[in-house]
Amino acid sequence: MQQFKAKILSNKKIAPDHYVLSFKPPKAAGQTTPGQFFNIRVSNAYNPLLRRPFGAHRISPEKIEILYKVVGKATSILSAKKKGSLLDIIGPLGNGFKAPPDASAAILVAGGHGVAPLHALAASLTAVPKVVALIGARTKTHVISENEFKGLGAKVHIATEDGSKGHKGLVTDLLRKHFNRQTGKPANRQTIYACGPKAMLKAVAKIAREHCIPCQVSLEEYVACGTGACLGCAVKTRSGYKLICKDGPVFDSKEIIW
Amino acid sequence: MVKRTSMDTKLSVKLGKLNLKNPVILASGTCGFGKEMEGLIDINKLGAIVTKTITLDKREGNPPPRVVETPGGLLNSIGLDNDGLKNFLFEKIPYLEKLKMPVIVSIAGNDIREFKKLAKELSAIPCVNAIEVNLSCPNIIHKNAKFSLPAQDTKAVGKIISGVRKMTTRTLFAKLSPNVTDIKEIAKAAEGAGADAVSLINTYPGMLVDIKTMKPRLGGVTGGLSGPCIKPLALKCVRDATGAVKIPVVGMGGIMCADDAIEFILCGASAIQVGTANFVNPRAGLEILEGIGKYLGRNKMKNIKSLIGKLKVEG
Repeated sequence: MQQFKAKILSNKKIAPDHYVLSFKPPKAAGQTTPGQFFNIRVSNAYNPLLRRPFGAHRISPEKIEILYKVVGKATSILSAKKKGSLLDIIGPLGNGFKAPPDASAAILVAGGHGVAPLHALAASLTAVPKVVALIGARTKTHVISENEFKGLGAKVHIATEDGSKGHKGLVTDLLRKHFNRQTGKPANRQTIYACGPKAMLKAVAKIAREHCIPCQVSLEEYVACGTGACLGCAVKTRSGYKLICKDGPVFDSKEIIW
Repeated sequence: MVKRTSMDTKLSVKLGKLNLKNPVILASGTCGFGKEMEGLIDINKLGAIVTKTITLDKREGNPPPRVVETPGGLLNSIGLDNDGLKNFLFEKIPYLEKLKMPVIVSIAGNDIREFKKLAKELSAIPCVNAIEVNLSCPNIIHKNAKFSLPAQDTKAVGKIISGVRKMTTRTLFAKLSPNVTDIKEIAKAAEGAGADAVSLINTYPGMLVDIKTMKPRLGGVTGGLSGPCIKPLALKCVRDATGAVKIPVVGMGGIMCADDAIEFILCGASAIQVGTANFVNPRAGLEILEGIGKYLGRNKMKNIKSLIGKLKVEG
């Protein structure tokens, strides 16, 4: 973890509200693992005051990509940044996904821009024989990273709320279907990895519990310092409050009190 | 031989028995127990740090969301989440005792007995150079108290500070709330009870509402407001307090840069604390330190003491 200034290599709109921004991390910042995040200061003015956390979407020694949705002032300012301008970044922060070495299958469940860290994860799962990516979005234009997941060899299923692409309904319907098809078959050595809105993660955790599949979820909460100093990003777990920034953002779904 | 006088003593200040090499202190709750700043800055360059407030027993803290932003400000409701005294002694002290600058430990109790016990136990630890008595956390509920904060009641301030004073010879700071009718009276009560310095301000109580869900934005419903938006309010409190007491005043509230810090010093603060700025820019403390040095140089001032309280008020 380090505070550094990085030049923006690119900042492109990829969907109606979504952008991908890339920067070059300094060597001293250390290796970034899928699920870790960067706390970025988007403006030197005091509105927005705090940094904003962004999960790594694509990781290489030369380039880190973040994928973000424009939801408010900070992300709107970020979306207007030009290639070549400098960003004040702290990272990489937090604990990422843990991939068991002998996994037989990984099921990735993404809601909206929840695809962001799951893409980085998929890229790291080269030793896992089967990777399934279930992507949920509002409409077909909001489906992100479908081809990127396919390019990584993942089997992709889409759900849209309006039915404009794939299954009409929720991404959790796809997850249920996936396991219902497996009825009777051994479900061992599979892991679910999920990122998206809290209600979706809660539903994913429930399905995982029903099928006795280990499940890791990447949680979101307002983050102030990002380094464990302020205790602001607390999440209730079975062993008391844990911090999204230091203990997470990835947690075992069984640990979370939803 | 290099003349060492100027830089070594130029910025040094004395608070009670505590000699600080410079007046920049990291505020309680914003730098953890020092270790959390590791890798980001060399905290040994700063004047001192104030730890996260510790309590006798572990406190779970308030339900999330615990932080939310407002233009120019941060509203928090952490609720003194900490692992208690015993954990502090075993888990935090080993790191703190390696630091090369003074450590000020912030304490809070549910009653006078807890404040006294904390002060007594901490006074046995060599690396605890000073104690800051947190009389003003807006995010905990004091049962059976007439006022919601001890810092709102001159009697409670007097009782707690004199109780703690009996238990320790270490430098004692009383951390005060801005949410009072007359800060001068509260500061005087702390001074009269034996505090070596008063530090102010703690956060302003406040709240925010999410109109979509019609719920408060904080899990704890109300919280404490910090950040640049409270600076003018904080400056007024600091100026009032410095006019009322003879002991040093440690000023804070929305200090983001050296210029902000200098405003507080001009209003009479002998030292300043940097809080919310640590989240925005962990290097803020070091940058403030450098900026104060430069300001003294530009204004041909020999040392920081010639700046303290030098506010020019006409007429």
